[in-house]
Amino acid sequence: MSYLLKRFGFYLLTAWAAVTINFFVPRMIPGDPVQALITKQRGQMTSESVRSLYVLFGLDKDESLASQYFSYLGQLLRGDLGLSFTFFPTPVAEVIGDGLPWTVGLVGITTVIGFLLGTAAGAVVGWRRGTWADSLIPVTTFVSSIPYFWLGLVAIALLTGPGSFFPASGAYAIGLVPNWDWQFIGSTVQHALLPAFTILVSSVSGWILSMRNMMVTVSSDDYVTVAHAKGLPERRVMLAYAARNALLPNVSGFALALGFIVGGTLLVEIVFSYPGLGLQLFQAVGAKDYPLLQGIFLIITLSVLLANLLADVAYLALDPRTRREG
Amino acid sequence: MKERILEVRGLNVDYGAGPGSVRAVRDVDLTLHRGEVLGLAGESGSGKSTLAYGMTRLLPPPGVVASGEVLYHLQDGTTVDLLRIRDAELRRLRWSEIAIVFQGAINSLNPVQRISTQLVDVIKAHSPKTSPRARQDRARELLELVGIAADRLHSYPHQLSGGMRQRVMIAMALALDPRVVVMDEPTTALDVVVQRQILRTLVDLRERLGFSVVFITHDLSLLVEFSDRIAIMYAGQVVEEAASADLYRSPLHPYSDGLLRSFPALKGEKRELTGIPGSPPDLRSMPAGCAFHPRCPRALDVCGDRVPLLGQSRDGRSVACWLHPVAVG
Repeated sequence: MSYLLKRFGFYLLTAWAAVTINFFVPRMIPGDPVQALITKQRGQMTSESVRSLYVLFGLDKDESLASQYFSYLGQLLRGDLGLSFTFFPTPVAEVIGDGLPWTVGLVGITTVIGFLLGTAAGAVVGWRRGTWADSLIPVTTFVSSIPYFWLGLVAIALLTGPGSFFPASGAYAIGLVPNWDWQFIGSTVQHALLPAFTILVSSVSGWILSMRNMMVTVSSDDYVTVAHAKGLPERRVMLAYAARNALLPNVSGFALALGFIVGGTLLVEIVFSYPGLGLQLFQAVGAKDYPLLQGIFLIITLSVLLANLLADVAYLALDPRTRREG
Repeated sequence: MKERILEVRGLNVDYGAGPGSVRAVRDVDLTLHRGEVLGLAGESGSGKSTLAYGMTRLLPPPGVVASGEVLYHLQDGTTVDLLRIRDAELRRLRWSEIAIVFQGAINSLNPVQRISTQLVDVIKAHSPKTSPRARQDRARELLELVGIAADRLHSYPHQLSGGMRQRVMIAMALALDPRVVVMDEPTTALDVVVQRQILRTLVDLRERLGFSVVFITHDLSLLVEFSDRIAIMYAGQVVEEAASADLYRSPLHPYSDGLLRSFPALKGEKRELTGIPGSPPDLRSMPAGCAFHPRCPRALDVCGDRVPLLGQSRDGRSVACWLHPVAVG
């Protein structure tokens, strides 16, 4: 338990460091967001509104850097991430709030499904090494090396078009209002199928490969031989002895993958014009939307940290050797 | 003659297949009698462990049993060939008839399961009708049998010392009252004091429960003390087999003699410690004739030409050496 507390403290410290860097880096870049906004409005702004913008962005010159920093921290704690330029004057928190559910829904669910499917398949393939199952390995190696956005482009080119079941872009049919009725949910699933498929195909093969290799390693461990010698049913040897131990290294890989849900699938969202965080990040970069960039980076950092914390908890649950007494 | 329980006939074990394969065990015949301790000794790489894995069908790839039979005499009088019975039947016989204590006690336990789970699952697999309560009681009883406090039942393997883990493995081997226990260097990784304690426990248990033991070790001094009969292996073959007292007093094969001169005697006259010069042959390019002749201090001309066969010598002992030509044939 004290171990977990220690880890938690460490992540808190890391989060603070990330937030601090997030604060200082944009301020070291020459120029400031207000200038960028003035340029965007082609200079048609009164000096009054320019000054109020400076106040709004927390950049009024009268304040020292230190007091800016503390008011920034205070705002963060209240969930205030500033105002977005591209969607001015919508707050960044609201913009991210719009995009996050789509990304978590699409990429999050496919990541979990991909991990479960791939690990199960990898366990079986690794267990049956030396049989026909080995012929899957070159295929998965090949598939896992295909970039998923390229797969997405191919899928769009081949499967979408006029009259096709699969839509080429968006998260739901144009004209529908997001709510919880069947028509909307159906449309959402229909739109998610192709992007989910492309992510799934490439991620599943990665999990198959790593789990299969761990299974082969673990299968020659002494306790697996002992389990055979004990005359246990094959299923039990495979699941409780081999797969249970082979799973451990994959858990940290899975946590990393969870952390990259938010930031890692930018390209899929761009290819499918999927209105998630990745697409927003892309737009923010194009529009020099610093507050939105900062906000999204913050979310990415925090989700990586959260995923690592989850991995620690999972490890404690799965591997008794990591549990310390007292 | 005592009742036979396990017979190995003409067992050959290869690593790999085809022209690149290596024969690690060749033409081994062994007989284990009821209640007997049969010692199997030899240097590292002499094929002792391969033999044990081969006869129980636990050999990991690329090991394959090339030929031979392993006859097991069941209590009801029927005999089965372990190398040919179906997987399901083999699984049923495993542990309930033949249990194994493996070389690496440290790694023989599943690191993510409690001791209790691992003791209980074997009982559950072989007698599913027992109640969970009875299985727990049996596990507790087994731990006490090998001198471990029953409150360690719910420990994880990493919470136990090496000696305790080996005791747990012995307890596990006895879980189903097997008639044969194969022990593959059960005390190798332990220090001498713990080694002693565990052997003491083993001797006591064997006397009480009456199972037969195949005891594999490179430590001949242990066997001399602990076993009834000893088979000496060299380069995959049994070169001498004798009652341990006979072997200790008058080894026939020069290799057995060399092994015996590799450790000091505790009692009796002092002997010179000589050891055996050279190292075991490369199994990929075995010398012609007797495999031991390049290292043998008493090699004859014939030793480099013809392979001596294991057979009864004139005084009724089994040895494969031209110094003691076989009585018949």
